[in-house]
Amino acid sequence: MNNKIDTAVTRFLTNRARIGPFELAFWIAAFATIYLLPGRHLILTEIAIWGLFALSLDLILGFAGIISLGHAAFFGVGAYAAGLLAKHEVIVEPSIALVFAGLVAAALGFATSFLVLRGSDLTRLMVTLGVALVCFELANKFADVTGGADGLQGVSDHLAPVFGVFRFDLFGHNAYIYTLAWLFVMFVLARRIVNSPFGLSLKAIKGNALRSSAIGIAVNWRLIAIYTLSAGYAGIAGGLLAQTQAFASLSMLSIDRSADVLLILIIGGPGYLYGGLVGALVYRLLQDFLSSFSSRYWQFWIGFVLIMMVLFGRVYGGIIAAVIIGATIWFDLSPTWSFLVLGLSLLVLGLAREILVKWIALAEQQVSTWLSRVWTQSKSTIRARLDHGAGA
Amino acid sequence: MAPVLETRNLDKRFGGIVAASGISIAIRKGARHALIGPNGAGKTTFVNLLTGVLRPSGGEILLDGAPITNLEPHRRVQLGIARTFQINQLFADLTPIETLGLAVSERHGSGRDWWRIVGSRAGITVEVAELLERFGLADVMAERTATLPYGKQRLLEIAVAFACRPRVLLLDEPAAGVPEAERHEILATIAALPADVTVLLIEHDMDIVFSFADRISVLVNGELFVEGPPDDVACDPRVKAVYLGEALDG
Repeated sequence: MNNKIDTAVTRFLTNRARIGPFELAFWIAAFATIYLLPGRHLILTEIAIWGLFALSLDLILGFAGIISLGHAAFFGVGAYAAGLLAKHEVIVEPSIALVFAGLVAAALGFATSFLVLRGSDLTRLMVTLGVALVCFELANKFADVTGGADGLQGVSDHLAPVFGVFRFDLFGHNAYIYTLAWLFVMFVLARRIVNSPFGLSLKAIKGNALRSSAIGIAVNWRLIAIYTLSAGYAGIAGGLLAQTQAFASLSMLSIDRSADVLLILIIGGPGYLYGGLVGALVYRLLQDFLSSFSSRYWQFWIGFVLIMMVLFGRVYGGIIAAVIIGATIWFDLSPTWSFLVLGLSLLVLGLAREILVKWIALAEQQVSTWLSRVWTQSKSTIRARLDHGAGA
Repeated sequence: MAPVLETRNLDKRFGGIVAASGISIAIRKGARHALIGPNGAGKTTFVNLLTGVLRPSGGEILLDGAPITNLEPHRRVQLGIARTFQINQLFADLTPIETLGLAVSERHGSGRDWWRIVGSRAGITVEVAELLERFGLADVMAERTATLPYGKQRLLEIAVAFACRPRVLLLDEPAAGVPEAERHEILATIAALPADVTVLLIEHDMDIVFSFADRISVLVNGELFVEGPPDDVACDPRVKAVYLGEALDG
């Protein structure tokens, strides 16, 4: 009896870490883009970097419950570290320079982690925002080191080819492979970490810090550890951007970037590691798609999508937003008219939210019962046919 | 015999309010010690002081004669003081398997292990299985804690504290709010705790206290009022007076 429970326990715990078919398909598709979409490598590089950056935020937000509005601080510091290492020929090998960029960002993360230990979400938002603002202005002030508002020039002059062989070419092929390889390695590491006892203890802390310390978990040290690690991840993402673009600028430290990465993670969904990657893909493609219709106002639509997702959940909100935005594009409305339509839909949908959510739940239930009925019916039909066939 | 857990002149003030004043209690090894007292007597404050959730304003706490007065809560757990909470403090999104797995793996010091997959250490899963069976949680072990019946949640509350293999287990009103029908399961579980685990029971329900405890301390207004074996405490006219709500005289 006991043995049976033990087996069930082991299976239950290890199942969480098993690689599913969707995961396999995701990564096969990701690596297939190297050959299948050679003309898209520049934007894919950008997406992969956003994905890694959002993954770093997921580590603290999705798994430890630490919300940050200043994660660009670590991204930017990593970018400048990688840029400066190359510019001054300290470390010319990109992959080693990137490790250092991550370490520098992690050191900053460790130093500021003590500020986010205590307090509510609001305190954490303000503290992280403050840290990012300080970093931004420091980079702005010390223009002789960072290049200030002009950005850091001359990164490409001394950046060696990766492993001394693969030079970053104009079309970004090697840069994409390099970025994707980093993303993959960092993802596998993160996956391993969140499925470890340490990762589980983070989830526990997120769920109930009081009980966590009551079972002997050193809550603060665990939070410091994951915050430091997350900062390192963000630093590597920033370093990748600096290396692949051969440039570092103040925008990499900006509040906009911190807000964007939060947006990306929320669109993709925190707490399961793929949220950041999916979010980056959706966000960047959406941005590309929408700005082809209205290059000036694309953020208006993004805002609309976000509000719909918050009101109706990720899937249904996404569908509703797609239908309404699709309609404005289909009828070829001018920006003014589509603003009006979207604004009105916001008002109506916002007011009718409760009823709509109820309808959606009802419809979901009916569809699922209908599906299961069809399933059992078709199963019995098939079985009857088979029996009949065997009989004849 | 030397006490396993001892407090000396423990004080706690919140501004002008005195929640604990000069409490000196010695709990001997293997005891079934109950702490009772009317509402607002400072029972939960006392537990919070013992476990490190609150720091005392004065006095000392000793575990096996060594002071632990200023240790962090998690350090005290590692040294062998575990507690349950009067109001459930569980991980709503985790299952009993994960909850107990966490507590056991922390005790084995593998909570800092960031590489191995959870559940890959055989010793830990065997222990989790034993705990699930001992506390009657095997049939709900893979369900989210938030969806468990309240009685099962109360059992998990005790199980997760017990999973820390405490030398002193503090039970803060373990049967609080449990419907009559599920009550006996919890009481039977508490009665079946191993004899070498020292238990300090904080309780309101006198039936539970007198059927379980071999020693009783009565706390009133943050002070230790009476202490002794159950029979003595039951007969003490002053205790009766407190519980009948009569005014205290000097």
